[in-house]
Amino acid sequence: MMPFETPRNASPVRPVWQTALVRPETMTFILLIAALIGGSLLSPFFLDLSYILKSFVLSSEFAIVALFLTMVIIAGEIDLSAAANMALSACLFGWVQDAGLSLPLSIAVGLGAGVAMGALNAVLILGLQLPSIIVTIGTLTLYRGLAQVIAGDKSIRIDPDFVGLDDIFVAGLPAPVAIFVVVSVILALVLGSTLFGRQIYLIGTNETAARHVGVRATRIKAILFLLVGGASAVAGLMTASRLGSVRYDLGLGGELQMILMAMMGGTYIFGGRGTILGTFLAAWLLVLVMTGMIVANWLPAWQLCALGILLVVSIIATNLIYSRAQR
Amino acid sequence: MKRRTALIGLTAGMAMLASTAFADPLKIVYIGKNTGNPYFDSITGGFEDACKSLGCEFEFVAPATAEATSQIPFIEAQIQRGVNVIGIAPNSPDALNQVLDDARAKGILVLTVNGDLTGNESHRDASILPVNFDIVGRDQIEMVGSLIGYEGEIAILSATTEAPDQNKWIVGMNETLASDPKYAKMKLVATVYGDDQPEKSTTEMEALLANYPDLKGLIAPTTVGIAAAAQVVQSRGIAETVKVTGLGLPSEMRDFVKDGTVTAFQLWSPYNEGWLAVHFAAGVLGGTIKNEVGSTFEVPNLGTITINANNMINTQAELTTFNAANIDDFNF
Repeated sequence: MMPFETPRNASPVRPVWQTALVRPETMTFILLIAALIGGSLLSPFFLDLSYILKSFVLSSEFAIVALFLTMVIIAGEIDLSAAANMALSACLFGWVQDAGLSLPLSIAVGLGAGVAMGALNAVLILGLQLPSIIVTIGTLTLYRGLAQVIAGDKSIRIDPDFVGLDDIFVAGLPAPVAIFVVVSVILALVLGSTLFGRQIYLIGTNETAARHVGVRATRIKAILFLLVGGASAVAGLMTASRLGSVRYDLGLGGELQMILMAMMGGTYIFGGRGTILGTFLAAWLLVLVMTGMIVANWLPAWQLCALGILLVVSIIATNLIYSRAQR
Repeated sequence: MKRRTALIGLTAGMAMLASTAFADPLKIVYIGKNTGNPYFDSITGGFEDACKSLGCEFEFVAPATAEATSQIPFIEAQIQRGVNVIGIAPNSPDALNQVLDDARAKGILVLTVNGDLTGNESHRDASILPVNFDIVGRDQIEMVGSLIGYEGEIAILSATTEAPDQNKWIVGMNETLASDPKYAKMKLVATVYGDDQPEKSTTEMEALLANYPDLKGLIAPTTVGIAAAAQVVQSRGIAETVKVTGLGLPSEMRDFVKDGTVTAFQLWSPYNEGWLAVHFAAGVLGGTIKNEVGSTFEVPNLGTITINANNMINTQAELTTFNAANIDDFNF
């Protein structure tokens, strides 16, 4: 936890270009441009907007959850169970619609399950005062296990009426990408310019101080966990719609991609700092880098190395920028 | 497989044909289940050699993990690259349906190679499998029967409880035992699962030997299982009393066959799957082969191949049996 900062009288006001330069999102943006150039150099097939959008669709579900996760991390907590929540929500949805429940009711079951999983996380973390990293590692395993209990090792077919969200285009964007953009704008406004948003930053910076000035930290954190739970369920159903079937291993390992997006966008893992814009840019960065390497037919081993280097570089950059900004 | 020597004349002719038929060389990609799997090196070898002889471009790609959706970005990338043929060993029977449909809508020939979209066959153009999997169970019972004199207790050491191929073969084994009087004196006492992990397979094998002291024969229809079982038999020195057989890789089983631990086992040639896939794809796109059930075509070295129901194509009619006499002829 960083000590709560009070503005010092002595420090002069920095010019706008300088404050813009020391923001971590700037670094993400520069890397984004570099990835575009690098990808085009690697393969002549890379620089094609419809292909890039199509590739983004494959990560759009994780990216949407990552936006909500960013707020949780800023508030000083973490939720590693989101990808497992996606799988369990989607499997429950698939299971009840396969058993004959109507589509709207099945969707309600899936979404309700997601929120309930968020609520369980909140009760364990906030009610029992347990560390969120431990609790959500536990619920990650539990939710994934339950998904396997429900679906077995087989996949469940999804009603054709529900399949094909990614084939719908909204303002030239595939629907999952459009949803991501809209959610980004809404959350950026909530986090950046509402009292609720300011309170999230305050809790993450110094929770004790926040409580002393009357911020209802527990309630705000509970809302955030419920939001991540609900968003995960939406993401799970979106994945089901894209694949046309659900399996217990839906979104396996997705929690890492989500955290990666938040971290690369400059969200500080100990809370108090980060923006939706950063996560938004980092999601595109991650997709561009992965897509560029895949379309160039790179071996997976080299892809993993490159991703690792990218993550380390962006974390070093973020830390450097924050420690400079502290002075 | 003396495939190369017998081919020189034929391939030269085919190469000329191919180069006139396609102004641009045919672009073929094979998407494996995951990287680091020696079995796929052998399939890829068949693709490479056939592409060399027919003059097409070949690339092998694979995701790092074999999880159901991990191949999707790779398929998208190959569509974007504008390949003519996608060969794939699918990691899921249905999660790839949508993206494979996209590929076919772009005019790409989609072949499943060494694995199929069971229940979703309409989402690929044809499937190339080593043998007709319906006969594997029967052949394996005959194999173990011949080793134990068609009398006594046998057991099965399989992969995972959900492995679709293995389960299909085990059903075939049970049916053969129940229906064919030739095997009336053989008794299947247990079917256990080693999850395709060497340690678990070894433990399960040890448990079988402890629980069934009269065990005469073991079928392990998985390359991991048969190697683990042979290791147990070898270290206990009981090769005379317990006969291990099943499906194995010659490269992994060579030492066990040479020292007498294993008399004989079976498999097919993964190499031929790649070899056949390229010849089939070039023929279909070049207009010389009709991709219709019942039609036949010639493949150098493999002879006449028939397209079976559901557009399934097998590289060989029966399993290949490996023993001390022929194991040195195989290098996969």
